[in-house]
Amino acid sequence: MKILTTPRMERCIGCHSCSLACARLIHKRLSWDAAGIRIRSSGGLSTGFEARTCFACDPAPCVRACPTGAYSQRKGGGVVVRKKLCIRCGDCAKACPVDAIYLDASGEPFVCIHCGRCVPYCPHDCLEHTEMARGASGPAGNETAETGEVES
Amino acid sequence: MIRDHFRVLTIDLSTGQRTIVDLDGRDTVAGGSGLAAMLFEKYGFLGKPWDEPGQPLIFAIGPLTGYFPLMSKTVCAFKSPYHDQYAESHGGGRSALSLRFADVDALVIIGKAASPSALIVGSRQIEIKDVQYLWGTDLQVAGKVLRRMFPGSGHRTILRIGPAGERQSPMACITADTYRHFGRLGGGAVMGAKNLKAIMIHGDASFPIPEGNDYVKVFEEVHTKMTDTDMMSKYHDLGTPINVAVLNGIKALPIRNLQATADPATAGITGERFAEVALLRNAACAGCPVGCIHIGFVRERFQKENRYLYRQISYDHELIVTVGSMLGVMDCFEVLKLIDVAEKMGLDVMSPGVALAWATEALAKGFITEKETLVPLAFGNSSSYQAAIEHLALGTNDFYQILSQGTAKAAARYGGKEFACVLGQEMAGYATGETFFVSQALGLRHSHLDSSGYSYDQKPKGKTVEDAVKFLVNDEKGRVFLTSMVSCLFARGVYNDELLGNCLKSVGYGTLADNMDTIAEGIQRLRWKLRVRSGYRPENVSIPKRFTEITTWKGKIDETLLNQLKEEYGKSIMSMAG
Repeated sequence: MKILTTPRMERCIGCHSCSLACARLIHKRLSWDAAGIRIRSSGGLSTGFEARTCFACDPAPCVRACPTGAYSQRKGGGVVVRKKLCIRCGDCAKACPVDAIYLDASGEPFVCIHCGRCVPYCPHDCLEHTEMARGASGPAGNETAETGEVES
Repeated sequence: MIRDHFRVLTIDLSTGQRTIVDLDGRDTVAGGSGLAAMLFEKYGFLGKPWDEPGQPLIFAIGPLTGYFPLMSKTVCAFKSPYHDQYAESHGGGRSALSLRFADVDALVIIGKAASPSALIVGSRQIEIKDVQYLWGTDLQVAGKVLRRMFPGSGHRTILRIGPAGERQSPMACITADTYRHFGRLGGGAVMGAKNLKAIMIHGDASFPIPEGNDYVKVFEEVHTKMTDTDMMSKYHDLGTPINVAVLNGIKALPIRNLQATADPATAGITGERFAEVALLRNAACAGCPVGCIHIGFVRERFQKENRYLYRQISYDHELIVTVGSMLGVMDCFEVLKLIDVAEKMGLDVMSPGVALAWATEALAKGFITEKETLVPLAFGNSSSYQAAIEHLALGTNDFYQILSQGTAKAAARYGGKEFACVLGQEMAGYATGETFFVSQALGLRHSHLDSSGYSYDQKPKGKTVEDAVKFLVNDEKGRVFLTSMVSCLFARGVYNDELLGNCLKSVGYGTLADNMDTIAEGIQRLRWKLRVRSGYRPENVSIPKRFTEITTWKGKIDETLLNQLKEEYGKSIMSMAG
């Protein structure tokens, strides 16, 4: 199964189109937070941007942390979330090693579902929806991933 | 959030009182420019001086902010220290989306803090913090400390002032998120007068999107036009600096205090040259996939050994002209150094450039001496200009204190009025002819963006004064509606009336969509009413002789046409003001 990766974040201009698209199309929200991908400046605009999004862990620590079974392992990495079962405890966000899960004011979690809907909205092709082998550079990989090379 | 009214946060820095009020008026003033004017009418004092503590500093967004691409600007309104009249200045960065997600349509700041302070606003937070340790810091230092102090990296805006704003210079800007500005007419001085070093707005709320499929469908249409057609390619490619070579080619580029309008040496500062050697990367305002912000670099050798530091500096056509060609500085790295000094000091880059161009000519002609200028100002001498910009920001002596009040004020004191390149305020980067000169001289913001007079000048001859006035009034009306939404004016080619109407309807503002023209006219009138009631008289605005001495591709400037146009446009403005 394909996952969302962010191999070319060095090109990011900070327009937030990806986050806004995810919120709009997947979560039916107007937001740059309530989304599976969120853009932050890494210490001021002069140092560029980074994406906070799911690394598609397998096994995923958030699944293990979830006390209700709302989170389950997604085939190919990442998680499937059944919000009906979520009790807003926030343990998933605490367990995530890369701060990929956003909790809104009510504690509702937002995490990438690896659907790739955000990808076409990026004006600089920073994002990719791709099959990825385990052990690859991960969603935060660098420009070399464009050619399909995998960093060790 | 979509509302049939406005949610306005008012903060009194004198008392610390914070209030959220719901105000009617959505269907008459829309938002942005219209909302700012409405709020100034409610909270401002037209007859009192600009630095009276009770005067408001207003930031307003519009009904479409954040909902569509390039609806990414904020309107700032205040009584200007430049002319002590009503003024608007527009800025981007993350300011607009941060206000949207802080869930306020406008922020109104009144009063004066007892000591240097920072204001922190979020959807669940309103706080005033003492930051006296930041007073006196340049914008680079202030930015670094403020980023550490406040939460919300990436989803916040930090608006701040530098030493020029603290000193209340009418040339002081409010910087938004390092690379964008509420640049002109002295908003930075208004913050300085309020003892307000910074405003941090954390956009931490989210809202459900409008029901039905229309919104997502219209969004797709707008996004496609912005990104998959060539409608925005100018801004995505070389950016506004593409104009440097174009204007030079038609003899319409202000050079050496407008002593010339074309020079082969400008090849060193064209958009093409910047892209070739100095462009480091691009950036965008939040909500804009076009990304017109062009960031260049300078590196500086600071030790005899090979030790360097580097800085990243954003550049635009206006800046390149005012501190480049107007100062005879024809090397892009030298231009970037000058922009950098002005930025750090918190000066609007355009005004100091034009002011120093006048000072250079005044020095050469003996109106002033080096006793005043402190450094040997001479066209092309970048290092002198770097020092002079600092003097201007800090008001080192009487001369720089007066010059930092505006070039016209310095010329009135020292002489040389006829070559002070002032059109209401220091001129923008177009010497296209009569319509532009009148448009900037009389325009509400004294900005090249009030209406596209520079473009009208380039249309075929044979138009009457009446045609030109009609054009200026109608073009301003269209732009006023866009700046009430609040759209970036670079998107004006995409957001035609039909598309804007569809956008408004798709999010539930059907009444606005059905009455765009009437509402635009009402906002246009309201803004002029405020300006005129605060003391503006078009007949008191003069267009210095220098503007009539130039030659463009059309030939000599037609002084009769210029004067007639000024008179007739002035009459139209007074009639709009009622």
